[in-house]
Amino acid sequence: MKIKLQKIAHARSGDKGPNSNVGLIFRHPDIYNWARKIITTSLVKSHFGSVVKGEVKRYEMDNLWALNFILGDSLGGGGSESLLNDAQGKTHGQALLLMEIDLPKKLKVYINE
Amino acid sequence: MSKVIRIANGQGFWGDSIDAPVNLIKDGPIDYLTLDYLAEVTLSIMQRQKLKRPDAGYARDFVELIERVIPDLVDKNIKVISNAGGVNPEACRDALLKIAKSKGIDIKIGIIKGDNIYDKLDYFTTIGIDFKNLETGESFDSIKDKVYSANVYIDSFCIARALDEGAQIVLAGRVSDPGLALGPAIHEFGWQADQIDLIAAGTLAGHITECGAQCTGGNYSRWSEVEDLANIGYPIIEMHETGEFVITKHNGSGGLVNRQTVSEQILYEMGDPTYYISPDVCVDFTSLALEDMGDNRVKISNVKGLEATPTYKVSISYFAGYKASGQLTISGPDALKKAELVADLIWKRLENTGCIYEDKSTEFLGISSCHGSINRIPEQVNEVVLRLGVKDSDKAKVNRFGKEISPVITNGPPGVTGFAGGRPKAQEIVAYWPALIPKNLIATDVDVN
Repeated sequence: MKIKLQKIAHARSGDKGPNSNVGLIFRHPDIYNWARKIITTSLVKSHFGSVVKGEVKRYEMDNLWALNFILGDSLGGGGSESLLNDAQGKTHGQALLLMEIDLPKKLKVYINE
Repeated sequence: MSKVIRIANGQGFWGDSIDAPVNLIKDGPIDYLTLDYLAEVTLSIMQRQKLKRPDAGYARDFVELIERVIPDLVDKNIKVISNAGGVNPEACRDALLKIAKSKGIDIKIGIIKGDNIYDKLDYFTTIGIDFKNLETGESFDSIKDKVYSANVYIDSFCIARALDEGAQIVLAGRVSDPGLALGPAIHEFGWQADQIDLIAAGTLAGHITECGAQCTGGNYSRWSEVEDLANIGYPIIEMHETGEFVITKHNGSGGLVNRQTVSEQILYEMGDPTYYISPDVCVDFTSLALEDMGDNRVKISNVKGLEATPTYKVSISYFAGYKASGQLTISGPDALKKAELVADLIWKRLENTGCIYEDKSTEFLGISSCHGSINRIPEQVNEVVLRLGVKDSDKAKVNRFGKEISPVITNGPPGVTGFAGGRPKAQEIVAYWPALIPKNLIATDVDVN
């Protein structure tokens, strides 16, 4: 079934110089272990479209059931140099939660848990 | 039962709630109160204030706070650790001592010196420090003549030293944000620099609380599950001698502390989680174990560290030109089409006067301005806020932009409003330049009155 990530995950974002980072956190290890295989850097890059001009990097944190994405060149220069309304990528976490994915039936139990 | 100290954070940045620290003092037991006032470019503002007035250059908000709470601090023996000293901790201390004296209170205040290397930049470059940009690799020469401030993120042992010498208030300039919480733990437990896992635990604890309420239910994905955000409690670390700690908040305060609120904050502004670099240690954030104990308590244990790097990070700020931004509200039928026309008109008119900018931006707030193509744009929207911005090294050109916003209310399409607060004026861009310096070149000093 198609769902948005917001049904199964949390996210928080902030700035790292000209890049932003998004921490994507799952509420159960089963969901994390599945998502780790599905939510790739290329999927995230294409989801963000023109918002992310650079490359996307990904780090895994098994202990927190979390993935950390670095969105390269996503802040119009970043910090005080940016002209963008969201110069610090504060909203990028919310944007990632809008991603639509195909959730396997056996993981349905974790929706909105 | 081992010794436990309670370290609260009442200020995540300059501009955070002015009542949060007061409530932390009033609403329950704490031993230490940490307060962060310095963003990366805040010191440049302070440096320039000090150039104009030798007794300025620190966070005035902090002095106002201490004036409100000093009798309680003394009664309850709560120690305060802050980077409010900015580029002039001496003057900040003088201001605090004056307040204490007027209230008949005797208080010991420690200041930490050695982070401000603005006056020594020339010397350091002559001995071969290149200060090249840590992120881009660019040469320091390109900004050398435009530097506003230069401060080193110094280690947290100097905070502990000031506490060892009996300071009730410790005033630093540029120390690491997590160091404000690590310093008291070093002081209380006698942790040594080579006890890497303990130093890493204290650093992680400080990282979790450094943004105030962002670990107690603020900015939380499931915001609708957070109770009483109006009275949100700011975070408290219950630190044990063993390096295990609990993140919590005062009983009766609003907000939420659980596995997710704390996890979200651990990932905030994170790069490589296996190697979080602080002046004191490198922390492996993939090592920690997190246990939700319920009742707004989350326990963290098993934090692993790696040896600190041989360099300190230097935070340099420099002048990088001018910018301005202005906005208009466009309402009624075809709001978005009209907003696009308004943007076109303004840019064309500026071009006609010869104003071409190094950078400019056009955003339609309310129409996925933050998220681009992630959202489908509806056919009809009834209201749009148009936000335009420009950047250039020519101040006059940036000011010219500010004069081109309001005319469109009468000489553009109908339904344009929301132009308030006068013409946007050119603001200086103070940009951030991170660099490195070998630790052995920096001498820190502690001075307790």
